[in-house]
Amino acid sequence: MKRSQVSFIFSALLLITLVAYGAKQSKKEAEPEPLLAHAPARAAKLMNPYANQPKAVLAGKNLYQRYCAQCHGSDGSGRGKAPGPHSSTVQQVAPGILFWYLKNGNLKAGMPAWSSLPDQQLWQLVTFLKATK
Amino acid sequence: MARAIGGLLFIIALLYPSRLAGERPYFVTYDHQMEEPGNLELAINPTIGIPKRANGFVGTTVELEYGLKGWWTTEFYLDSQSTRRDSTLFTGWRWENRFRLLMREHWINPVLYIEFVDINGADKSLKEIVGHDSEEDLATPNREARLERKREIEAKLILSSNFKGWNVSENFIAEKNLTNEPWEFGYAFGFNRPLGLEASSVACNFCRENFHAGVELFGGLGDWHTFGLKNTSHYVCPLLSWELRNGTTIRFSPAFGLTGQSTRALLRFSISYEVQGFGRHLRRRSR
Repeated sequence: MKRSQVSFIFSALLLITLVAYGAKQSKKEAEPEPLLAHAPARAAKLMNPYANQPKAVLAGKNLYQRYCAQCHGSDGSGRGKAPGPHSSTVQQVAPGILFWYLKNGNLKAGMPAWSSLPDQQLWQLVTFLKATK
Repeated sequence: MARAIGGLLFIIALLYPSRLAGERPYFVTYDHQMEEPGNLELAINPTIGIPKRANGFVGTTVELEYGLKGWWTTEFYLDSQSTRRDSTLFTGWRWENRFRLLMREHWINPVLYIEFVDINGADKSLKEIVGHDSEEDLATPNREARLERKREIEAKLILSSNFKGWNVSENFIAEKNLTNEPWEFGYAFGFNRPLGLEASSVACNFCRENFHAGVELFGGLGDWHTFGLKNTSHYVCPLLSWELRNGTTIRFSPAFGLTGQSTRALLRFSISYEVQGFGRHLRRRSR
């Protein structure tokens, strides 16, 4: 057997292993982590610099429609496992914890990390979420 | 073939709804941002090459990026090229997978990248630079270059940080042709930030936060036997991206060669379109 063929088979096996690992992780994901359970205590102390600012609510609404509505619903009521802004989970939690959650996501449960958005935009989103009741 | 697939992608883009989902502005460097689960991104990335001692060319990749999991993104590429006073040809395909290694945000966020490449020697997509890649490689006529088959495995360690609106990313690249050639190494480094950190209160296309500007630096680091900067190509590239509200991202980056081995200039363009909930639509239709 040529060396190139050996290398190709080795590479294919490596990929199959990775795919199998992915499938195993997916099974684990069937038991989702409790929402917001891993937020550190210091996150709750973070202050929203845009709290109660009407312009920030409007900006947050635009951001929500842009990035969140496809999974969390555009009418605020949520979609499937993804809670909407009206849900008690979102309304009861401290703004700082929401900010932390948006930034870190919950990758295993399918919630992306939005750390690519500047902190200012994440806080504008939090302002909108808290203003939506 | 690449044109036919490009047409098919355009039709898919028309059929499915789309909104913006935050596209990375880099062409070569990767950051730790993954595709959202279930979303499909379609992109066409032409690169215009302006070499000193070879014919000008356009290398094009058609890209399909899909978010399998929050921590796992897979991408499939089709490569083609057209060389002035020569020919146009399909040069092969690539399949890459990116795995985010840490599930939470840290100062430095590592991502493992593994790619399989099956292309021929005429490929001019210049997706990255490794080893002693140089302008000479681009001067071989297509009829000769296409005879060389390159089956490669490529690994990258992506390190990426977000801080006060800035993203700073470093990639370490190792590539191995699956024949008897040695490992080749390369790097990519980039930073960027949006022109506006706050979102506007009105929905708009021309708001500052929709534009990202930054710089990329990438090049080769020799191979297993001759590791280092000697006889390697390096490029510096300012970059600009514009995210439209309808899910389209337009990117542009002129790359300037820094060494004698580098091509004089490359003009990179990209148009991408984010199809949101593609996986969900497919699952619904298959029921």
